[in-house]
Amino acid sequence: MDLTFTDEENAFRQEVRDFFRENLPKEISDAVKNGGELTKEHMERYHAILNEKGWLASTWPEEYGGPGWTPVQRHIFDEESCRAYAPRIVPFGLNMLGPVLQKFGTQEQKDYYLPRILNGDDWWCQGYSEPGAGSDLASLKTRAVRDGDHYVINGQKTWTTLGQHADWIFCLCRTDPDVKQQEGISFILVDLKTPGIEMRPIKLIEGGHEVNEVFFTDVRVPVENLVGKENQGWTIAKYLLTHERTGIAGVGASMQSLEEVKALARKTMRSGKPLIEDPLFAARIAQVEVDLEAMKITNLRMLFKAQKQGAPGAETSILKIKGTVINQELKDLARRALGPSAAPFPGHITDGNLALAPASEANNAARYFNNRKTSIFGGSNEIQRNILSKAVLEL
Amino acid sequence: MDFDLTEDRQMLSDSLNRFLADKYPVEHRTKVAYAEPYHDPALWDGIAELGALFALASEDKGGFGGSGFDISVVFEAMGRVICPEPVLGALLASRILSHTDADQEALLSGAVRYAVGLGEIEAPYDLSFIKTEAQKSGDGYTVTGRKSAVYGGQAAEVILVAAKLDGKLAVLSVKAADADVTGYGMMDGGGAAEVLLDGTPAELVLADAEAAIQDAVNAGIVALCSEAVGAMEVLHAMTVDYLKQRKQFGRAIGSFQALQHRAVDMLTEIEQSRSIVIKAASELNGEDATKFCAMAKNLIGRAGRLVAEEAIQMHGGIAMTWEYPGSHYAKRIIMIDAQLGDTDYQLAKVASAA
Repeated sequence: MDLTFTDEENAFRQEVRDFFRENLPKEISDAVKNGGELTKEHMERYHAILNEKGWLASTWPEEYGGPGWTPVQRHIFDEESCRAYAPRIVPFGLNMLGPVLQKFGTQEQKDYYLPRILNGDDWWCQGYSEPGAGSDLASLKTRAVRDGDHYVINGQKTWTTLGQHADWIFCLCRTDPDVKQQEGISFILVDLKTPGIEMRPIKLIEGGHEVNEVFFTDVRVPVENLVGKENQGWTIAKYLLTHERTGIAGVGASMQSLEEVKALARKTMRSGKPLIEDPLFAARIAQVEVDLEAMKITNLRMLFKAQKQGAPGAETSILKIKGTVINQELKDLARRALGPSAAPFPGHITDGNLALAPASEANNAARYFNNRKTSIFGGSNEIQRNILSKAVLEL
Repeated sequence: MDFDLTEDRQMLSDSLNRFLADKYPVEHRTKVAYAEPYHDPALWDGIAELGALFALASEDKGGFGGSGFDISVVFEAMGRVICPEPVLGALLASRILSHTDADQEALLSGAVRYAVGLGEIEAPYDLSFIKTEAQKSGDGYTVTGRKSAVYGGQAAEVILVAAKLDGKLAVLSVKAADADVTGYGMMDGGGAAEVLLDGTPAELVLADAEAAIQDAVNAGIVALCSEAVGAMEVLHAMTVDYLKQRKQFGRAIGSFQALQHRAVDMLTEIEQSRSIVIKAASELNGEDATKFCAMAKNLIGRAGRLVAEEAIQMHGGIAMTWEYPGSHYAKRIIMIDAQLGDTDYQLAKVASAA
């Protein structure tokens, strides 16, 4: 047992830190710090900066243009990127479709799509959930019917994150309605310029626009856009979910949030004293700090196990459950620390002299509400518990 | 012992609930709560015509109510539709003015809208640390300072402000037109204002006002907690309804015991909330009002977070959307905690009162 980072790992951390200091545009880190919505241009610029360094596709093997990092290096990168207020990488092409194509795609698909993902030529989004198929994803109804050299797609997808920026969508579609649900699903790539597709925004609880509904009416897609075999989509989806779950503990983001909450509590005055001297609030901070300290190690333990086994196991669901709860608690503390100053609707008070809090804090209430999504998406925390009770406890 | 409302209060409750259910369907509420002036002036008049504001003051002050239960009835009805009308300001103002001989007719009839500026950015809850100061000036007074998150301040014509006068907490009355008032919409709908005072002419309402302000805060707490109970019950009903209707894995998700138990935990906390509000309302005009109101606000803060967060979680993505009414209920329930002292502040008050 040895919890120290090696000299090489420490040197790597320094390298990442220096890189962000020298290359991350202030405009982008400010946007992250202020908790507003990042523009498409921000994200594309950030991806391009990482790509030039060869650090964009952190989970890809070197043969496809990844950096060939160990899980510990990826963890260090995650921590440092949060520390520098770098954006989260838009995961759909890089962390989701990329690994799927590498494992299930044809040579042509790999040669065509993978470089375009790295270079930012295509912005991808995800077509999984449907209004009637959320936690029970396998019940999805969007139909893809073979017609000569095409599939004809009809149906509706929802919760499509950042679909408003996207060029392509990867979809789970029902290709065989007459077999067991899981055995009649296919994984199909769809160019969003194809006639018959309509994308509608969904306004979120705090007023932001991140997710969309996507409607498909007689959308004709070439059969070569099928990934893997027809009706193999569920296997691919499960493989993809395991990839989605690495890094889902959000340890770096929570470490950063903890520092922000402490800073906020140090300068916020309550009853003539800084809030951090209020024993009740101090106890709240200390409590979540304990949980986070444990989560750092839980996360590393599971990363190591995944490295040994070659793939993450079902127990990574623990990271999703506890990681999101820790982060949500920190968002709650940030809102709580502001008190009534968290009340204004984001953007309503822009006058610098009147603002109740600096821009980096003014959105704390909005962030708290928005962040409730993390225990719902990517397999809700209830579904993660089902996975654990079945696969780990064998109940 | 009798836990039923008196006949008069039941009538007020029924007529107010009917009026609000009719006039404040959630689409309308969402429309007016998030756009200037962050309430519906026509419906403000309607609420006033029903006598809801008169119910907030006692008979000897020109009203026909003024007990904790009267206040509770009005605000629970508002909570059921998450009504953004600035009634809290009227209550706080009436409560302070009731410690004077001031005529409240214009206030209680709804003809003149009042707001009350208590907290400041660096002293949101504990008013012994406020910095706003009042000074004698000729025949009258002036006030200088900044009142923050003045609920209903965006729509008020008169603003009562807490200020230090000769080192003591006093209340002064300022015309909104004389002050620098910046109104804004709130995260959970409804409006508030930042009120900047700089030698602003003011009338003295009460020189030694600490007890009157505490009484107003206590009444405000009964109001906010009642509003929260109304909103929590509606949100819980929506959640239970969703559990019955939403099917996944070929069955209603409400058939899963993991969710059933959580819906029951919500119910338990809501019943506890209703009880502590009844207790606080019954003690409002008594000696231990401050302690029991602190208890109520502490419990509501905890229960509200559980109910709002669990409602969102059990709905899944749908309650994360603006379009779904439940999201607005969840926001209101959460944001109530930061009004007139949050759950931690109240817990400390309970501990020190024991």
